Amino acid sequence: MSKQNDIMIQTSQLTMGYGDNIILENVSFEIIRGEIFIILGGSGCGKSTLLKHLIGLYQVKTGQIIIDGDDITLAQGDVLQRILNKIGVMYQSGALFGSMTLSENIILPLEEFTDLPKSACERIAALKLKQVSLDGFEQYLPSEISGGMQKRAAIARAMALDPKILFLDEPSAGLDPITSAELDQLIIRLSRILGITFVIVTHELDSIFTIADRVIFLDKETKSIIAQGKPQTLKQRSKNKFVHDFFNRQVSI
Amino acid sequence: MTLRTQQAIPPFIYDVQIPAEDQLYLRLKGHLSAQSIGLLWNEVLERVQQEQKPLIIIDARDVSYCDGAGIGLLTEINRQQHLKGQHCNVINLKEDFQKLLDVFLEDPAFSPAPRPKERVNIFEGVGESFYFFIEHIYQQIVFLGELSVHFLRALRDPLRYFRWTDVWRVVEEGGVQALFIILMINFLMGLIMAFQAAIPMRQFGADIFVANLVALSILRVLGPLMTAIVLAGRTGSAFAAEIGTMKVNEEINALKTMGLNPLKFLVTNRILGMIILAPVLTIFADFAGLLGGAVVVRSFGYPLITYVNQILGAVHLNDFLGGFIKSFVFGFIIASIGCYRGLETGSGASAVGQSTTRAVVSSLILIILAEGAFSIVYYFLGI
Repeated sequence: MSKQNDIMIQTSQLTMGYGDNIILENVSFEIIRGEIFIILGGSGCGKSTLLKHLIGLYQVKTGQIIIDGDDITLAQGDVLQRILNKIGVMYQSGALFGSMTLSENIILPLEEFTDLPKSACERIAALKLKQVSLDGFEQYLPSEISGGMQKRAAIARAMALDPKILFLDEPSAGLDPITSAELDQLIIRLSRILGITFVIVTHELDSIFTIADRVIFLDKETKSIIAQGKPQTLKQRSKNKFVHDFFNRQVSI
Repeated sequence: MTLRTQQAIPPFIYDVQIPAEDQLYLRLKGHLSAQSIGLLWNEVLERVQQEQKPLIIIDARDVSYCDGAGIGLLTEINRQQHLKGQHCNVINLKEDFQKLLDVFLEDPAFSPAPRPKERVNIFEGVGESFYFFIEHIYQQIVFLGELSVHFLRALRDPLRYFRWTDVWRVVEEGGVQALFIILMINFLMGLIMAFQAAIPMRQFGADIFVANLVALSILRVLGPLMTAIVLAGRTGSAFAAEIGTMKVNEEINALKTMGLNPLKFLVTNRILGMIILAPVLTIFADFAGLLGGAVVVRSFGYPLITYVNQILGAVHLNDFLGGFIKSFVFGFIIASIGCYRGLETGSGASAVGQSTTRAVVSSLILIILAEGAFSIVYYFLGI
């Protein structure tokens, strides 16, 4: 396989922000097919902003985002739809539709984008829930299950159309260490078994060292990437003081 | 920190001396707490300002307690001296309080962040408001345009296009469950109107013409209007709150990233449901209003058949249809405004409340405007 085929997401010279407020400037990076890629940084450095631009919720001011060969920055109509069908997103809050059962949440995209009969959609929904260890909860409403289960259900919904890439926004936020570790194991399992590329925003150090293949580190001051590589390598060798402190849980005085 | 509700706080007093030409000696005594220093805060600062001495010595040997507010007073005196290039020394403060004070004295110029500068230029303010108004109108036109496109697409295959479970849910929650309140309000409207009209009409022996007045008012205006007002307050606001909450919870973003259009999934079904239920409720409302009038006329001693015949003689099919057609438009206005306000919800729980309020107010204004427009059109059409 050529190097180009190995690249799942390629970004070049991205500048983004809200209105006149520029959050990130001239950011470029690549995400390899099948890897677990983590976006890191301090609070307010633009992690979630970058994620929202990568999934097409907002338009970048300049630059290009290529997802599996398609340019999402220019995409509209059917092309945009094709790209969106390649990705799944799990939001920080889970964002499950509160008026629908877990099964109906997963069936929704299946009904819309496939011609599968209802019974098949229900079966697939049950399988997706089983993949995240939520079998038996098909008819529960999101409000009837715990926060950790909601996050797993949100991952199951994000996987409804068998996407090639899953974007997760702070999956461990608000979870206890055991639930958080279970979620990490789920991510690793899905990555290894299904070959899904994961792009994750988090600052949970335990999760980062457990699951990450590669990380990029965003900086609020320079509005750019200040480090990238394997987390262990960065922890041991990064010369950037902020990165070093971050990985070693130190406070600069 | 000491709270206002607590009792028996030792008082805070101060004493000022001028031991030398360039010095001010400020001796503080008692309890330096939020409760005790409030009355003297400005007085102490003004006194210190008046003296304009290059060095202030604050002697705190008699300070028995000092909380955040007490530290605030000490640091404020220090800050004011610092800004003038002068000095301030706090002496004899108990060790525990001194540690707290030292934290803040590291940056003597420290002061609360200034409020963002407010624009005072009236022209700029008016221009900005006008810009937002035009932007708002533009967004509404875009919304209506997109909505039209969706409904045109729906015409090709309405059975598959709409999510009929959602449509019937709207009809049930907005219609069936609102039926009783709509029947009651319109029954009372008919009753009240008949009573009020009967007083002057009786003087001319024209009691029976109360039936004409009630029937024409209810069928042409009040039936659809009162139904729309109830729906705007009940269902339109619910649409804004539901969709607004979904927006705050990122559910709208989740729809978008699944490639599902929020307008199609959340708006068109609600509008269709409302267009179905508003006319049906209006028919019930008309009937309830006429029934209210009948109760009054019957109480005057007229038989029911007389009331019915009087109505049949006075009312034409056009009168009923005029009101009936309005109800479709009112249904569309209420649902589209409710959904639009929901979709433009900002972030945070308070934004949902704001959207809900805006949805009701905008709907009521547009309903009245539409009522006026209908009246003018019907007048020229001779209906």
